Amino acid sequence: MHEMSLAEGVLQLIEDAAREQEFAKVTTVWLEIGQLSGVEVEAMKFCFDAVTRDSIADGARLEIIALPGTGWCMECSMSVPMAEVFGECPQCGGHRMQVTGGTEMRVKELEVA
Amino acid sequence: MCTTCGCGEGEVKIDGVDAHHEHEHVHADGTRHSHGHDHEHGAGATHEHVHAHQHSYAPAHSHAPGVGNRRMVQIEQDILAKNNAYAAQNRQRLAASGIFALNLVSSPGSGKTTLLVKTIGMLKGRQRVAVIEGDQQTSQDAERIRATGAPAIQINTGKGCHLDAHMVGHAMGKLELPEDSLLMIENVGNLVCPAAFDLGEAHKVVILSVTEGEDKPIKYPDMFRAAKLMLMNKCDLLPYVSFSVPRAIEFARRVNPAIEVIEVSATTGAGMEAWLEWIGRGAAELARPRLERAGS
Repeated sequence: MHEMSLAEGVLQLIEDAAREQEFAKVTTVWLEIGQLSGVEVEAMKFCFDAVTRDSIADGARLEIIALPGTGWCMECSMSVPMAEVFGECPQCGGHRMQVTGGTEMRVKELEVA
Repeated sequence: MCTTCGCGEGEVKIDGVDAHHEHEHVHADGTRHSHGHDHEHGAGATHEHVHAHQHSYAPAHSHAPGVGNRRMVQIEQDILAKNNAYAAQNRQRLAASGIFALNLVSSPGSGKTTLLVKTIGMLKGRQRVAVIEGDQQTSQDAERIRATGAPAIQINTGKGCHLDAHMVGHAMGKLELPEDSLLMIENVGNLVCPAAFDLGEAHKVVILSVTEGEDKPIKYPDMFRAAKLMLMNKCDLLPYVSFSVPRAIEFARRVNPAIEVIEVSATTGAGMEAWLEWIGRGAAELARPRLERAGS
């Protein structure tokens, strides 16, 4: 969803950091993307390349750190892995699940020159 | 440029006027340059800080040998951090005036604007309502709202697929929002992108009309997970369509076990009182801490 907006958000964080940290070139960007965040990684890479053209991150490598989805099953009262936001509990097969992890969309770190 | 998220950058218009004002200067020596203005965001504005700590090469990452003065900069920032900071400002401004704000989201054609017009009509004399309308183009929806007598402002997102907190903050500044009123924000018709963008509202309300598929909650789970209430609209058409209300509710609760559901028809008025009561309860919850503060 809206990977173009997110890619522009990433570029803004990079440009803010460049002003504070005084670097002129970004060579690698690490993003943490949760499995349940709704971000399509291939679309993100495509949009990142498009929005960073002629910026300080032009040509930078985008590395995605995938974070697993987890949920709390209200029936089992336990934390279980979740592949989709409407996934079923692998223990009881129920759907009374609250997402507890895997919705992250973060810029983790940069390699700069 | 829009510093929130960049979506539809340079094309956002609020009531037909560019949201960001570029202008050009000609200097005495004949050089020209143009620049945009940054906007003030009022007292108590939150500032974003990038916490960047330098460190030498992290051994966890492998790098090509022979690269000289490269270094690592830690960012650890949410991609939506800027939008979220603007949303927090909007929420603070709304809370200070006791304004209950709802973000109405749905696919195009679910009947959001008709529902709003009906809601405003029924609230006349009971509660003051102002509306922020979001569409890619035209101010037709804002005109429909103004015809009811309620103040409305139109945001055109251009190519953008959703409203963001920065645009809404500007629109709030242009609308006269009376204390203890209701602010309805009609988002761009889109069941995907608006889910991720907090505008500073109290709650998201998702509208699903019975002429759509009953499985939309699991096809577009993010939106139904983000919503507090699902309004099932156009219920007067149930005899003519193969839409199962219980199945739609089951699908919605699969992605959001806590979601509340009200069946309505903006055309016949069925269920509208239950919706108004829901608004009334939410507004009262918002007012309580304020009154307690004032009384103490």
